[in-house]
Amino acid sequence: MVSSAFVDAFRFMPSHFSLLLEKAAQTAELAFAALAIALLIALPIGLWLGHRHRGLPLALGVSSLGRSLPSVVLIGLGIAILGVGFWNNALALVVLAVPPILTNTYFAVEGVDSDAVEAARGIGLTETQILTRVELPLGLPLLLAGLRIAAVFVIATATIAGIFGGGGLGDIMARQVTYGLGGVFAAAIWVAGLALLTAAALALVQRAASRRMAPRA
Amino acid sequence: MTAQRFADGPVIPNFGKPSACLRDNGWFCTDWIHEHWGDTLQPALIQHIQLTLIAVGIGFAISFALALVALRFGFLDPPLGVFTDFLYTIPSLALFQLLVPLSGVTVTTVEIALVSYTLFILYRNIVVGLRSVPPEVLESARGMGLTRRQTFLRVELPLAMPAILAGLRIAVVATISIATVAAFLIEDGLGAPIFAAIGTPDLFKTELVAAGGLAILLALTADALLTLAQRALTPWNRVR
Amino acid sequence: MPTEAAELVFDEATKVYPGRDAAAVDHLSLTVPAGEICVLVGPSGGGKTTALKLVNRLIPLTSGYIRIDGRQIGDYDVTELRRSIGYVIQQVGLFPHMTIEGNIGTVPRLLGWKRERIRDRVGELLELVGLDPEEDRKRFPAELSGGQRQRVGLARALAANPALMLMDEPFGAIDPIVRARLQDEFLRLHREVRKTVVFVTHDVDEAIKVGDRIAILREGGRLAQYDTPQQILEHPVDDFVADFVGRDRALKALTLKTLGDLELSPATDDGLPRLSADTSLRDALAVAVAERREALLVVGPDGSPLGVAKREDLLR
Ligand SMILES: Nc1ncnc2c1ncn2[C@@H]1O[C@H](COP(=O)(O)OP(=O)(O)O)[C@@H](O)[C@H]1O
Ligand SMILES: [Mg+2]
Repeated sequence: MVSSAFVDAFRFMPSHFSLLLEKAAQTAELAFAALAIALLIALPIGLWLGHRHRGLPLALGVSSLGRSLPSVVLIGLGIAILGVGFWNNALALVVLAVPPILTNTYFAVEGVDSDAVEAARGIGLTETQILTRVELPLGLPLLLAGLRIAAVFVIATATIAGIFGGGGLGDIMARQVTYGLGGVFAAAIWVAGLALLTAAALALVQRAASRRMAPRA
Repeated sequence: MTAQRFADGPVIPNFGKPSACLRDNGWFCTDWIHEHWGDTLQPALIQHIQLTLIAVGIGFAISFALALVALRFGFLDPPLGVFTDFLYTIPSLALFQLLVPLSGVTVTTVEIALVSYTLFILYRNIVVGLRSVPPEVLESARGMGLTRRQTFLRVELPLAMPAILAGLRIAVVATISIATVAAFLIEDGLGAPIFAAIGTPDLFKTELVAAGGLAILLALTADALLTLAQRALTPWNRVR
Repeated sequence: MPTEAAELVFDEATKVYPGRDAAAVDHLSLTVPAGEICVLVGPSGGGKTTALKLVNRLIPLTSGYIRIDGRQIGDYDVTELRRSIGYVIQQVGLFPHMTIEGNIGTVPRLLGWKRERIRDRVGELLELVGLDPEEDRKRFPAELSGGQRQRVGLARALAANPALMLMDEPFGAIDPIVRARLQDEFLRLHREVRKTVVFVTHDVDEAIKVGDRIAILREGGRLAQYDTPQQILEHPVDDFVADFVGRDRALKALTLKTLGDLELSPATDDGLPRLSADTSLRDALAVAVAERREALLVVGPDGSPLGVAKREDLLR
């Protein structure tokens, strides 16, 4: 049974390639739109709070709360409030993506060596310059780590949204009758691939960022 | 596959005389919650706690063993880190599906997937915790004549506790949240009433709010309890 | 392993770290008599720490022997050996998760002492090192100052009444004023509990103050001179030692004697500066120079005049 399911899946992939591509694009579109909105919300708040060394309870509380919110519940609430469609899912995804980005941004900036900040202030950099030229570059690796967690989270949830009429690869996974076990399987593999590719891309950016920061040997 | 059952969707059960709240599909109809606490919500809650405890328990045992191996043979740490990271990255829904050919549509499949998510968090935290013991503390332990075993049990392990407990806390809360997705595969845990509610033709809000609320409450309670445990078990961290 | 002070012998002890050409400790031979403080001093990288760690086998010997009370260290069970040697390091290395009492009681607990006995011992030791036996025992290391932590480190090393103490720059990370006080207290403590002590420092003044004998190591872990502080200051064997102790070695030698050690002329009180008999010759000279006097009046603990010390007597 193991082999036959996988064989079916790998038969399904070439025969339904354009379908898979279209559905994957839907999932990616939803996920990246949500991620972008979440960044727009969480980044400024995290940067500002971290720079001022304020709002630790908020940062910790948001991350605790964020982890305890089940994605299915959020999607359900989104549907209940906004009805089935792109926006209810985007809303749920944004709610899920904000906490890890906000918390990591906060700790990335907050944790920057206070001597470096002091020195920057000493040579006359303005607060904005300190944030953009000292704290942001130094905190970038941790900030990107948060973004990676959020991205993985959002892709996983975008898939779940699919089974409740949100389209994308989750849609195939919820319709075994239409696409067969091979189709369900192929979609699952594509979802995994999409998440891994995104995570790997962000990991590379993260590594480049931390290498730039590391003292040369 | 069971996902099919959402296509037909469970019909709102026959409540006898439905209240006004239920007829309007209200957000929080106490009469329904009252009536179905015993046959729906409570069993689902208990199942959910079981799912979580088993997953975190097994995940912790595996992570601990892997961490010990990685500390003994340092060259294994990077590949183990990448492996647990890889497992964590695969979306839960996909992982459930991909495991079905191996372990069927069973609770085992769900547990395997849940365990593999805990590994990432627990493994990292245990390794970081055990590595964080300052070298001078280890040197004085050795100089005082503690054996390797005594050093591990009396010095390294207690000093790794804050990191280990922090990992445990994150893992428990995350598992409670992810376990709701398990209902896509098998009717188990709080995900079952949540999926049922969403699958109802015009989305049964009370059931969604009640079961979803229970899941969030469970996670927050576990978070609070483990935070307290963390404080009680690491009194030296509170000073200063 | 005896609990009375033990004699420690280095006999051609040599350490060559794997992958290195040069030895870190090179054919080191010296004897520390029971109950004495031997200070190992020398430039950084001179092999002092290595020599110390050879004794409690944190580092294995390459060749040669080390004997404690006539028995080779290799013949002891390593755990037993370490538990019977007190070990104090610069970074202290207190266990952060244990209270002060837990820290000091670590080795006694491993040795299976009764709880009652450990409690009494902790109280005794806290008193000995100048901490509060009631207040301080329940605190955690993070609640103490650097000086207090090092006192606890000392008490912990003394806990099981070891015959030998190894101390690696114990006061090196502590500010000068507190360091001087800790040195004084350490010497008082040593008069009370006569242990054999090997004390590592890179500070010549500390070596002179603390050591009964001083071993000067040069780069490569070779012994340059092993002698009393007096001998080393007055008769350095070569230029390396003379350079190392400094051009002011004659002045340093003055710290080793007090006014009470001099033969005094009869007291003729005519307004001379009064100094107590336990003032070091160096401090006395400082007073004489500052006040432009040729003589000083030496007085006893009760303030009664003992005699007069002339400036040239100080310098003889
Ligand atoms: N673990 C080690 N491995 C290799 N070389 C070492 C090690 N520890 C010390 N050394 C070398 O041995 C020499 C003596 O070091 P050490 O005993 O620490 O000197 P000191 O304590 O006098 O400063 C130095 O050259 C040092 O680099
Ligand atoms: Mg040293």
